[in-house]
Amino acid sequence: MASRLMALWDWFDSRMPSVGDEFRKHMAEYYAPKNFNFWYFFGALSILVLAIQIVSGIFLTMNYKPDAALAFGSVEYIMRDVPGGWVIRYIHSTGASAFFVVVYLHMFRGLLYGSYKQPRELVWIFGVLIYLTLMAEAFMGYLLPWGQMSYWGAQVIVNLFGTIPFIGPDLALWIRGDYVVSDATLNRFFALHVIALPLVLLGLVVAHLLALHDVGSNNPDGIEIKKHKGPDGHPVDGIPFHPYYTVKDLMGAVVFLAIFCVVMFFMPELGGYFLEHNNFIPADPLKTPEHIAPVWYFTPYYSILRAVPPLFNSQFPGVLAMGIATLILFFLPWLDRSPVKSIRYRGPYYKGALAIFVVAFLLLGYLGVKPTTVWGQFSDPADLLDTKDVATWVARVCTILYFLFFLLMPWYSRRDKVLPVPERVTH
Amino acid sequence: MRALKALLATLALVPGIVLGAETVRLDRSPHDPTDLPSLQAGARTFVNYCIGCHGMQYMRYNRLRDLGLTESQIRDNLMFTAEKVGATMKTPMSAKEGKLWFGVPPPDLSVVARSRGADWLYTYLRSFYRDPKSATGWNNALFPNVAMPHALWTLQGELRRVDGRWETLSEGAQSRPQYDATVRDLVNFLAYVGEPAALERKAWGIVVLFVLGILFVLTWLLKKEFWKDVK
Repeated sequence: MASRLMALWDWFDSRMPSVGDEFRKHMAEYYAPKNFNFWYFFGALSILVLAIQIVSGIFLTMNYKPDAALAFGSVEYIMRDVPGGWVIRYIHSTGASAFFVVVYLHMFRGLLYGSYKQPRELVWIFGVLIYLTLMAEAFMGYLLPWGQMSYWGAQVIVNLFGTIPFIGPDLALWIRGDYVVSDATLNRFFALHVIALPLVLLGLVVAHLLALHDVGSNNPDGIEIKKHKGPDGHPVDGIPFHPYYTVKDLMGAVVFLAIFCVVMFFMPELGGYFLEHNNFIPADPLKTPEHIAPVWYFTPYYSILRAVPPLFNSQFPGVLAMGIATLILFFLPWLDRSPVKSIRYRGPYYKGALAIFVVAFLLLGYLGVKPTTVWGQFSDPADLLDTKDVATWVARVCTILYFLFFLLMPWYSRRDKVLPVPERVTH
Repeated sequence: MRALKALLATLALVPGIVLGAETVRLDRSPHDPTDLPSLQAGARTFVNYCIGCHGMQYMRYNRLRDLGLTESQIRDNLMFTAEKVGATMKTPMSAKEGKLWFGVPPPDLSVVARSRGADWLYTYLRSFYRDPKSATGWNNALFPNVAMPHALWTLQGELRRVDGRWETLSEGAQSRPQYDATVRDLVNFLAYVGEPAALERKAWGIVVLFVLGILFVLTWLLKKEFWKDVK
């Protein structure tokens, strides 16, 4: 049997050797540092979630109707009448949030160990592009259930584009295909969500991995393992990705899937964060909900948007701040002037800055799901302030801290007192 | 320490940080999704008192077999507004009539338990009172000026509110504990209809987690076996 299979493989390999070549190049002979820790699971897990979303998404499209009159009902049809439909739907809704969980942790890993630094700038840039595409993908997917939050969330976000001076109103009209979010919007968002953006995502993931495999992986010590090669020409601190990291990631994937399944089978709404309560009310263009909150993964940026005061009655400054807050990520490799990569050998400045950044980001995220009155109001003597909401002021401070993390980085990363970096990785 | 005390003192004194308070506290709904007699009672209440105005357009009658009923039981006891057992639980009232009579068409209740939550429904259905100023003669403490009249008033009786206190105007067919139980059953039924797969979902969850547990042990051993030669 085994020899039969080997013969079959030889037959295949002699006719199409590139399959074996690529497998060796990217798996069996791709040497990864042997000291990957917990934080290094999230890259592989992101690919796993991408696969989960694509497969569950294909099954959803078999019964979903991208039609304003039918969409809401078709989702309930999937939940009730399609055999196993609720599993597919919950996999996809839980997967959407899980995608952002693993991607945020994956990005945080980059901040911890300086994975974006030279020579991995392109890896980082492709990563940020993936993140932005993912946001667009999630936003358009969220319209499809056609609930109140789908509808009004889309209305609000498309209107953000409408605040851009001169071209704004026409741009928003072009995106919606109508004067309000409507059936035309639903149809085009469906097309983009199901075909266009997944293709872009897949392409970017390939580019992300190719760029990574060309320069090699970083590691928790931030040391280039290629500097020390053995007589066989392979890095002495490297191990072949396959089988070592395939088996390790397999184990990580099982743990991840267990957590995923706890959410999916026992708390699929996750207290209204993964599936918002208001989204079980069908979209009603004539009834604006009192409190419109985006899904949790957008809320840090939504908070920034709300924190910036309007100028000449236009929300554009907030929109601009939100845009810059995401685009600034592209510049990270050049903002960081530290001679070391890993947080293990950085000094107190970077550690402190990163801690403040994380707290500010989480606070912004928390405030973004709440109304601005969540922490009450300042009383007098606050007449000078444009808003008395305590939460808005906290969000303003956090917004400033968010930007200072990046803008002051050239200064504090260079001035930081770094520790000597060892020659070889610690394992 | 002194600095800490000073800080705490300042925080305590920050003037006027008014915390937003919920106006009406919700009662916790005591429903039990595994209690089949309660679900059946809730279904009975729904088709007797609610379906005249409120539909459940995504729920099929024959799905009520989940509640331990046979198709003929469903047909004989619960189907007043439909012919076929595979039909959805629509209301005979059209949206247009509803708008004419109540100002707004009564909402479909298929997923109301998922948007409002069981506690809200349980509180709402026990918060109606007589209000001569409203068009229907009814008002609701949780949902002020609601367009819906008290559909269950023959059961609960008539209450009125005087300075925030409840007073009984007339007794209904049920005592207070009996009425609370009726509402509990109805809310139980609404919660079930909101997600009929909920019970099945949890059962599957346990199976899947068990399988993943075994898989974890296997993959962990596999990883250990491979990694023992990484020095």
